[in-house]
Amino acid sequence: MSISVSMTVNGKAVSGKVEARTLLVQFLRENLSMTGTHVGCDTSQCGACVVHVDGQSVKSCTMLAVQAEGAKVMTIEGLAPSADKLHPMQEAFRDNHALQCGFCTPGMVMSAVDMVKRHNYQLDEATVRRELEGNLCRCTGYHNIVKAILAAAPAMKAAGV
Amino acid sequence: MKGGAHAAERHDSALRHVTGGAAYIDDLPEPPGTLHAALILSPIAHGRIAMLDLGAARTAPGVVAVLGPHDIPGRNDVAAIGKDEPLFAEGRVYFAGQPLAMVLADTLDRARAAAALARIEIVAEPAILSIDAALAAETWVQAPARLARGDAPAALARAPHRLTGEFRCGGQEHFYLEGQIAFALPGEDGDMLVHSSTQHPTEVQHICARLLGCDFNRITATVRRLGGGFGGKESNASWVAGAAALGAGHTGRPVKLRLPREIDMVATGKRHGFLYRYEVGFDDEGRVLALDAMLAADAGWSLDLTPGVVTRALTHIDNAYFIPHLRAVGYACRTNLQSNTAFRGFGGPQGVLVMEDAIDRMAAHLGRNADALRALNFYARGRDTTPYGQPVTENHLPRVWAEARQLGEVERRRAEIAAFNATSPILKRGLGVFPLKFGISFNSPHMNQAGALVHVYTDGSIRLAHGGTEMGQGLFVKVAQVVAEVFQVDLDRIRPAATSTADVPNTSPTAASTGSDLNGGAAFEAARELKRRMTAYAAEHFGAAEADVVFADNQVRIAAPGSNQVLSFGELAQLCWLGRVSLSATGYYRTPGIHWDPATMQGRPFFYYSFGASVAEVAIDTLTGENRVLRADLVQDCGRSLNPAIDLGQIEGAFVQGQGWLTCEELWWDDRGRLRTVGPSTYKIPGSRDVPPVLNVRLLENAPAEVATVFRSKAVGEPPLMLATAVWTALRDAIAACRQAPGPIRLDAPATPERVLAAVRARQAKS
Ligand code: FES
Ligand code: FES
Repeated sequence: MSISVSMTVNGKAVSGKVEARTLLVQFLRENLSMTGTHVGCDTSQCGACVVHVDGQSVKSCTMLAVQAEGAKVMTIEGLAPSADKLHPMQEAFRDNHALQCGFCTPGMVMSAVDMVKRHNYQLDEATVRRELEGNLCRCTGYHNIVKAILAAAPAMKAAGV
Repeated sequence: MKGGAHAAERHDSALRHVTGGAAYIDDLPEPPGTLHAALILSPIAHGRIAMLDLGAARTAPGVVAVLGPHDIPGRNDVAAIGKDEPLFAEGRVYFAGQPLAMVLADTLDRARAAAALARIEIVAEPAILSIDAALAAETWVQAPARLARGDAPAALARAPHRLTGEFRCGGQEHFYLEGQIAFALPGEDGDMLVHSSTQHPTEVQHICARLLGCDFNRITATVRRLGGGFGGKESNASWVAGAAALGAGHTGRPVKLRLPREIDMVATGKRHGFLYRYEVGFDDEGRVLALDAMLAADAGWSLDLTPGVVTRALTHIDNAYFIPHLRAVGYACRTNLQSNTAFRGFGGPQGVLVMEDAIDRMAAHLGRNADALRALNFYARGRDTTPYGQPVTENHLPRVWAEARQLGEVERRRAEIAAFNATSPILKRGLGVFPLKFGISFNSPHMNQAGALVHVYTDGSIRLAHGGTEMGQGLFVKVAQVVAEVFQVDLDRIRPAATSTADVPNTSPTAASTGSDLNGGAAFEAARELKRRMTAYAAEHFGAAEADVVFADNQVRIAAPGSNQVLSFGELAQLCWLGRVSLSATGYYRTPGIHWDPATMQGRPFFYYSFGASVAEVAIDTLTGENRVLRADLVQDCGRSLNPAIDLGQIEGAFVQGQGWLTCEELWWDDRGRLRTVGPSTYKIPGSRDVPPVLNVRLLENAPAEVATVFRSKAVGEPPLMLATAVWTALRDAIAACRQAPGPIRLDAPATPERVLAAVRARQAKS
């Protein structure tokens, strides 16, 4: 049985036919061919699939596509303000070598943006580490990821994003 | 010029990673007609297949084919170096999780649903589910390997002090964030393009051809990037790719096989767990006189890459220490478990544990400082030949040791910790210091070769291909830096190409830390050859001597007297083309001066050694066994680093991975040999709060490689994983603090809270 679903993804109205059981991440990757959002575990632990739904970070493998009906979804592809300008968090991950294989990176960046906003741009290292618990990285040891997030927080505030 | 050798450049895909633009195999567009594959696995660890009824799976909705051993046109064998390791079990199964068959359907959901419909009847037979059981039954995947020097039994008999020890370490799941995946696209007349998340495209090519019964030249294996490998995508990736290729060959349609995390963990091999027993003899000073050791590795059900792992474990049993008389036997135990395979360090991490355990016991026995005993036993002048006959040259042990101890403020913190422990009955802290010597090169000399293919286009842009795979370790940027340095052009003029068996044939896996040594060496040769041709033509064209043609800053200057000719690199490329000069060259590199006799275990297997040292501090809760790493200080020798930013990242990541192996990552099988830790919910890799909040990492400065590596750099992939051994040592130190009197501590790895608690209890109970 297929169900129609429509939502806004990265500012664009999209719609498609899904099954009731289709996950948001499948809708993004398969229906919309937006493959920047990754699947790392299938069981809602790794955080590679994090996107924003109505401004909040969500593991998109934990949400049904139909639950996002009418919602505003933002994925890693929609985070940069323009094609030639990065979001401060993207910039910080790039400049602080906060990535190796890059598979966790989109989810990390999306979690990080949400985290910084929730803490009103003021986070200490311990907070960042605690907040990052839902995102696994097998390559970096997290050190540079934490550094990047701490560097991005004031940059986000300054940029008003 | 920007981005030559030694510059701290970003990862080549950094921008694409942060924007989601970097494509992994599951992100590639699927042509119409693409089929999705799902595996059917054995639920039983050992037994005879009485019935495999795939009828219901075949007729399930969307299913196009169900393939088993009899659908393989070539040989049903995916062995990397051995023989008779079937893709799909025939007649018998040897571990719970062994693939039996594969369903191909129009969607992934339908393939997986159909796979669940298979009716399997296996008559269970007694299974060997532990190293101990394999030792008792003497079931091996290969004959025991022996490394010996001098006369260990006699030296032990003479030794003033003798101690025995026994302990274990566990295996380790790779947990690459991107699971195993391959995507096979059939071409015309039996050609096949196989996208495989592999560290070893050549092996993928060979195994696909073996299964399909075709020439190697029909198969092109390619990969742009892996979402992590760590050794888990050497032999494991080959069979996954082989299965996809089999499906594509059978149906004539593109086939994608992506293992879901649970299937990935159940079906693929891991790091080898080890059991150790040893006897060490030493003098009153604490100088090691002899070691008699047995190392038993859990090989799992098949040979896989176990011989190399056992060899590396044996050749790293000495680690930083001179052992005058040694007898070490390595058993490769055949069990009915996953076939264990390569994992970052490849037996080295398991090998180096022995002497750390032994020295701590010796120190407790003599009532002396364990760090002093470590330093006393370092390789040094006159005591500088390894048990396998290779001299330890360029010995940086004293340097890394001193620098790490200084960085880690060892003396001050030991006092501080002792004071803390004296007044803290429940929480105890401990400090561990660890020295490392690690041999760089594949242990098998023939594998130490690499190729590259460099094109210069007439606009001066460069395409770079080599046999190494990019799995996050920054190999592509490092090798591009080498080429930029040769041509003296900006790094962004060089475009790394996806690794492909079509560009560079007959390659070795990207493994053993050799990626940049080998592929950097090959790319260097290719670039140098092109530069030679361009130089010769420029000299001829401008009537100058070759020595007067100078490449610098994206330009080429003809520095002949009376000439002030300056061309851009691109202009010279265009000129060379007009002059009919070939601007494409292959480069080939083979590591010089290495040799190895596997029968006697003697030779010079390593091109050079990499050195490192670490200090780690932990805290344990003596009521719960819970433990944390509070701080780590690492010094790692990277020669003259090709890219310090990349190398620092490798060191941090490797350390944390090693910490995971030794502390929180526990594989657990039930009494029927079924792995029950099959996802991140039950298998715990380090998270953001598990890593030391204070992590100081330094590259050893002013230490260019003594041998002629590419720009005097050294390998970095594996050695720092072993620096986490300091965590294990620190945990034993904290446990020791539970009593006043010195005494031996046994702490098996992974040191989970359960094991720490048991060790604390044992320590407290001792009188
Ligand atoms: S894929 Fe969603 S949490 Fe891992
Ligand atoms: S960069 Fe590879 S998993 Fe994080």
